[in-house]
Parts: sequence; C-alpha cells; structure tokens
Amino acid sequence: MTLPINNGNEGGPPGIGVSIPRADAYMKVSGREKYASDYYGEDLVWCGVKRAGVPHVVIGEIHTRAASETPGVLAVLTHSDVRGTNRQGVLQKDQPVLADDKARHCGDAVALVIAEDRHSLNKALDLVSFDYELLPGVFDAEEALEEGAPILHENHPQGNLLLSGEYRTGAGASAMAECDVVVEGSFRTPRQEHAYLETEAGWAQVQDDGRLFIVCSTQTPFRDRSEVAEALGLDLHDVRIKAPYPGGAFGGKDGVTVQTLLGLAALNSGGRPVRMQWDREESFLAGTKRHPARLYYRLGAKRDGTLHCLDVHMVLDTGPYDHLGGVVLALGLEHAGGAYRVPHVNLKGKCVYTNNPVGGAFRGFGVPQVTAAIEQMIDMTAEKLQMDPLETRLRNAVRRGDKNSIGKTLVNSTGLRECLKALGEHPLWKSRAEWKAGAGAFKRRGAGVAALTHASGYGPVVPDVANAKVELTREGKFLIYSGVVDMGQGNATTNLQIAGSILCQPTDGMELVLPDTDRTLPSGSASASRCTYTFGNALIGAAENLKTRILQRAADLLMARSRDEIVLIPGGVRHLVSGKDLPLSVIAGFMDEAERISVHHFKAPTAPENFDAGPGIRMHGFPHTLFSYAAHLALVEVDELTGEITVCRYVAISDCGTVVNPQIYEQQIQGAVAQGIGFALCEDLVSTQGLILTQDFAGYVIPTAADVPEIDSVPVEIFEPSGPFGLKGVGEIAMNGPLPAISNAVADACGVRIFEYPMTPERVLAAIRDACKRISE
Amino acid sequence: MATEVRFKLNGNRMQMTVEDHWTLLHLLREELGLTGTKEGCGSGECGACTVVVDGLAVNSCLYLAVDVAGKDVLTIEGLAGKDGTLHPLQKSFVENGGIQCGFCTPGMILASKALLDENPRPSEAEIKHALAGNLCRCTGYVPIFASIQAVIDQGIEEVDVVVRQSESPSD
Repeated sequence: MTLPINNGNEGGPPGIGVSIPRADAYMKVSGREKYASDYYGEDLVWCGVKRAGVPHVVIGEIHTRAASETPGVLAVLTHSDVRGTNRQGVLQKDQPVLADDKARHCGDAVALVIAEDRHSLNKALDLVSFDYELLPGVFDAEEALEEGAPILHENHPQGNLLLSGEYRTGAGASAMAECDVVVEGSFRTPRQEHAYLETEAGWAQVQDDGRLFIVCSTQTPFRDRSEVAEALGLDLHDVRIKAPYPGGAFGGKDGVTVQTLLGLAALNSGGRPVRMQWDREESFLAGTKRHPARLYYRLGAKRDGTLHCLDVHMVLDTGPYDHLGGVVLALGLEHAGGAYRVPHVNLKGKCVYTNNPVGGAFRGFGVPQVTAAIEQMIDMTAEKLQMDPLETRLRNAVRRGDKNSIGKTLVNSTGLRECLKALGEHPLWKSRAEWKAGAGAFKRRGAGVAALTHASGYGPVVPDVANAKVELTREGKFLIYSGVVDMGQGNATTNLQIAGSILCQPTDGMELVLPDTDRTLPSGSASASRCTYTFGNALIGAAENLKTRILQRAADLLMARSRDEIVLIPGGVRHLVSGKDLPLSVIAGFMDEAERISVHHFKAPTAPENFDAGPGIRMHGFPHTLFSYAAHLALVEVDELTGEITVCRYVAISDCGTVVNPQIYEQQIQGAVAQGIGFALCEDLVSTQGLILTQDFAGYVIPTAADVPEIDSVPVEIFEPSGPFGLKGVGEIAMNGPLPAISNAVADACGVRIFEYPMTPERVLAAIRDACKRISE
Repeated sequence: MATEVRFKLNGNRMQMTVEDHWTLLHLLREELGLTGTKEGCGSGECGACTVVVDGLAVNSCLYLAVDVAGKDVLTIEGLAGKDGTLHPLQKSFVENGGIQCGFCTPGMILASKALLDENPRPSEAEIKHALAGNLCRCTGYVPIFASIQAVIDQGIEEVDVVVRQSESPSD
C-alpha cells in the first residue's frame, strides 16, 4: 500500500491522519542517531557483571582478589559495596542488585567489575568466583506449587505463589451443565525473548555537582530514577536519567536492567564515565521474558452457537522475581474470555516463582497467551456445532454497552463487530476456498481467524497519568517535551503531529526533547498501549493553553479587539482583520519565561466497577475501561512431509480509533504480527534446570526477511471520544492474533490442532501422525 | 601484535596501526568513533554491524580489521552526500517507513546497497534472500521491502555494478 507522504517541509502543519515521516528518520538512516549504547567519552571505563551461572544456591564468600589484581581493573564490587537497599523491582522490591543471600536463577548478578577496557574486563570477570551451597531448584510452575517444593523467597507468605486471582460471574462453572456443547483444551505457550537489536546498554558518570547521571536504553526513566536512588542509597534528586531512543524494547526495558549496576559502577570509578552493554547471551540470560503459560480451558455454548459458560485455569511461570508478573496475571485473567458476552464465567490464575529466567513485560502482557487459548476454543466450538468460525464470533462479539466476559460494561468505542464484518468482506476471506484448492502435492492449505481485544492503560488503581510540557523559546521555536519514551513505536513523531496541528507549525518548526528526568515531566512508562493516548491528551492541553497565551499576547500587540481575530501561521501569527503578520520570535520577546512554558496533566479514565478477583488483583490492573479490537486472518500452507508451516498471507483489521499517522499505525500492526508469527512458529527460549540452551540467534530463531508474508493492515476507524483526536492504543493488540489464527488455519488445513507452541515442524508432524493413527485404528 | 594498514574509508584514505585481534566493528566504533555501525550480537547472526567492503556486505563483527588493508570500506556515515543529501535508499527508507527503532537500519540499508549495486533489478525472492541475514524486530520487514522496491521501481539508484571477487573473505 502506498501512503500519502507529506514530508513536513512544505511549510504547513503536519495534520492529523497524514503519514509524515518520523522525526527521527533522518538521523537514523544516516547513522547519526545516538543510542544509549553509542555513549563513550573521554577517560571511559567499562563495567560488566559476573552472573551466578547456577540456578539456586546460598551464596558464601565471593572471591574478588584475583580479578582485582588483573591489570586494567579499577574495582570489583559485591553486595557489601551497595549502600542502599540493594533491592530493585517494579512493584515488590524482591530482586537484589548484587546477590547477597541467594542466587535464584542463573542470570543473577553476583559481582560488578570496572576496568579500563573490554579485554581486561572480560579477563577479570572470568577470575571472579564464589563459594555456594547448592539448593534444589524448581523449574516447573505447577511443580513449584506442590507441597515440599523448594522455596525461592523464604519470607514470601504464600511460598512460591506470587499472586493468584479467582473470579466468577453468574453461576460460574456450574452453568456448564446447561450447555449443549462443551469443548476442552489445554494449551502451553513458550517463553518468548524480546530480541531487540540493541541489547541492554547504558552510560553513567558522577557529574561535577556530585549528581549521578545515567543515560540508558529504557522505557521508564522516571521509575528507574526511584529504583536506582533507593537501591543505591541516594537522594532521588541526586539521580538524573536520560532516555535516548532505545534500539527496540517491547517491554524488555520496562524496568531496571543496567541502571542500578551502572550507577554503582559510576559511584566507584573515581568520576570517570562508565559504560555497560550486555552481550546477546547475557541479554538472553538476565533480561526478562514473556511468561510461559499453561492454560486449561472449558467452554460451553448453546446449540445456536451462543456462548454460555467459560471455565479457565491458568498458571504463569514468573521466574524468580515479581517484576511485573502480577500485572501480567491480572491482564491475562481480564482477557481470558476474549471480547465476547459470556454470562457464566469462572477464572482462576496463578503466577508462580521458579528458578527459570525472569518473566516480565512483553508486548501483549499476558494477553497473547490467553488469546491463543480462547480463540482456538471458539473454533473448536464452531467445529462441533458445524458453524462458520467467523459467524460464531459475530454471534457473540461485544457491542458498546454490552458486558464483556468479566462483566465489565463497555462504555467506550467498541468496534469488534465492524472488524469481523470487514474481515468477512475481505477478498482473501471470500476467495479462501479457491485458494485452498490450489495447494500442490503433499501440501495442505487452510484459513484461520482470530478476534482480538486489548486493554490500554494501568487499570483502576495505579494512576495512568501524563504531564506534557510545551515551550515557545525566546527565539520563537517550539520545544515539545516528550514525557514517554519512543522505543521505535513512533510516538515522538505523533507528538509533533499533535502539537503541530494545534500550533499550526510544520514539524521542522518544532524540536523534540526526549525523556530526561531533569527536563521532561513524569508521564509513566512506554507500555500498556497507553503512550499516545495518555500523553497525547496531556499534550493537547499543553499546546492549546500555550496557543491561547500566544494569541492573547499577539492580540494585545496588534491592537486586535480579541484573540479570536488572531490565528497561528507557520513561524508566526496573522491578524485576520488587518492581514498583518508577526513572527513568533517577536511575540516570544514580549512573553515572560513563565508564560512561554505550558504544562498540562491528564489522567486516563478508569472503570467504576469494583470486581473482587482476589487480594491484589484490582491493584494489579483489573479491570480496564478502554479497549482496542481487531480481527485477524491467516492463510497458511502446511507441508505434510516435513511438517513445515508457511504463513502465505496475513490480514489484520483493527479498531484502534482514529489513525493519526497511517504509516506509523501500519508499522505497529505489521511489526506485532511478525513477532506473533515468531511466537506461533519458532520462538522458544529453551531452558533445562534453569540453564538456557538457546543462547544466540542461531538457537533462538526470530522471523527473518525470508519468513514474513505480506501483511495487510486495514484500519476500521471509529472515533473514540476520550482519545486524542479519537485514537486508541495500537501498540500491542496485533501481537495477540497470529498464534490462534495460524493454529486455526493449520486445523482447517490438516484437521489437527497443535496445543503446545511454537508449532515446530516436529510438533506438526507428530500431530498429523497421531491423527492418522487414530483414523487407522 | 599490531599491523600498519592502508585502506579507504568512506572515500577517505586511511593509514593506521591496528591490533591484529581487532574486528572491523571495534575499529569503526571504538577507535574511530563511527557509531553508526551497530553491534547487535557480536557473532555474525543479526547483521546490525553490516558494512560494505569492496562492494560486498560483510558483518564487521566477524571481519578482522587488518583484512581491510588495500580495500574500500563504506559505512553508513559515508553513504549520504557531504552536504547531507541522502542516498536514494536512505531517502526511500525515510519515506516508505522502513525504520522504527532504527538499530538495524544502517546495516539494512548497506546490505540493500550492496545488493542493488550487484543486481539492480532483484526479484522479491532475491531481496528476501539478500536481507535474510539482517534481523529487524520492529517492522516485520514489510516496509523495508517496500523501501527497496521503490528505489528499484523508480530507477533512481545510480547503478554501479561491482563484480564479486571470489577470494573475498565473506564468500
């Protein structure tokens, strides 16, 4: 699809609904954009981490002498060198910066080495050793809940159970008896690695004024600042965090990675700047992952296809630390029934500590796992009733005003039915029978659909707020202070588009200030499909406010009767009555600094419902109030001889409100679909006894240029009144579709269903063989 | 051990002493400060460090610095004109949305340039094959293909055919 491009240099404001190129595009294509991993500087030293390498041990003496005596080594630090709490974590501070009592997974940091160069650093890291007492480990989330399982956190009141939720509507599971058909399924989804191209990286230095300055690849500079200060025993205001564009993040940089370690190194480097960059193996080992899930589903329906009862039990493996595990569980529970009306629901979920890699935020945040299950249960129900899968979804899909599967009344725009109807009209859906018939020898073709929903924001308790700041400089240029990180999703550009359309300025008449705790205002994490929704609303307020002040001052200067006679034009204002122009630089000269800076706060609306899903579940975000919707179609070909699945075409029809920038919108959809295809077909961070076996891109395979099909993104634009210019979040939803759509397509092609993912050729072949065996018996 | 090497870098004649164990990536980023070349894996699997050596796209993390002796090296910093005018591929990536986080972009553009220099009219399959060693985690590749296709379609790439040398270390 060709998109209309207004390069923003034609003198006019960028407008809403137009594909202006990214503000960062020029710097990125010319190699001049400076990422956190590109910071070096005079007198630089390197720091790196000694990882535990064992999954569960009591740590004894840490031997640092040989490493300290290595030429080029400045310092070898352990937990005893940390002056603060030595604990980090998003909600519960249960993760040591440097392990003191125990190591709870192979990636735990035991010692920090600072050295003159990378070579001496690596040499010294090899020489650090420690005494330990081996503890039995637990590597399976369900085993971790059994009586007598090794306990990870002795002080945690519920043993290895981090958080559990239980929720019922109507008659709960007992309504299953009233159903004409009941289908059952058990699903296992894999541990997915973010695999951003820029690994965790940063740079830090104690500044002349004694403050700690950290530049890092992060989604959460303001939260990082609190974590670093607390863990290292510093005053919050003595820490500054600057967040350049990360080289990808997807949730993996939501929370501290290198920050506290870098800060500790900088406090011990004699004032020299310090650099840290994890290598790929370390990123796989110590970074967070998508929670592996076990999902046990029963879904009951009436003869006409009306869904009646849903019973779900899910277990998530959160690894050794809370991180964001509880929030992932809450979102999983909320989305477990999809975007359907189901009167009787019984949901149970557990998020469990194990000695596996740390589970954390990853685009989709629990929803890809449960969508994998519910969207296949719908197809299984349709199959049993001999109904069309699309028709079955339409029969049950929520409308605005409906209660969804957890009983939440949908008050915002609700476009699932529109998406499903558009899918039904799509040429690839209509021509699927002919396409399927065209399969060659030993090939089977199938079509599969999935209906999706995804919440945005933090839920009912944690305030989902943003604080925007816009400045008219003394020279007459606008500065837009972005409070939320742009990790590649393009919100920095969208911010320019929003501000530019209000202030009537082309994008080159404005300048972005990227998130920096000293310069921009706290606006929450770059996560939860919230960035442009929450920050955009704040930015509209700040820009409108500044516009009013400029127009008023201009009206006074031009002796206009009121500011209604003045309009902003690129670079200035125009008096509509006299036709006289004034440049912004002149008006700025008549404004005090306090007048030239405008700030605005926005808090996202929350659900009024107070559902009891167990202690803590509401605090972790249950329920939300604003949802995006989508309908996906996958056309796949299965090789009966090799078991290989090829996704031939993919269609994603989405209701994410108004489209502000079609190109950026499409990129979000296509990129998430590609990650979803990886989740469905090839990605699995395999570990045995806590040791990761897929340590590089040769073992952990993500989709390459040769693996991704043409992806058709079709927006269904339904204006969302609470969104900036009518938009809703688009960042995550498309991640939820590929696994169930592809699995449904495989079932359509071969009559077999895969319940364990990814759907590797081995699993497909085994399923086909089992089916053949059953038939011949 | 160090060796004195002469080579061309982005059109400039270079003469410098390089340690024998240095990779070309180390030489570019850490000795010369050319941070446009990115490190994504350090083991030749992701393509983020791709540069062009004598017309061939190579993973600079696997390429020893001493091996550039007598060769012509192009990095992303040398692709645009001296006045900042973008190369047609760079311009097309900007216009067609071939960039998100941008970390794979320098390598992706240089791999595309090496492809088009050798084969100005590649088929879709040839484009996919040529870029299969350059991972992108953001875009799903779709707008990257569109960016390259636009350059091919418009015929704006100044074709500069380079004959592949069979003894080149990346073969």
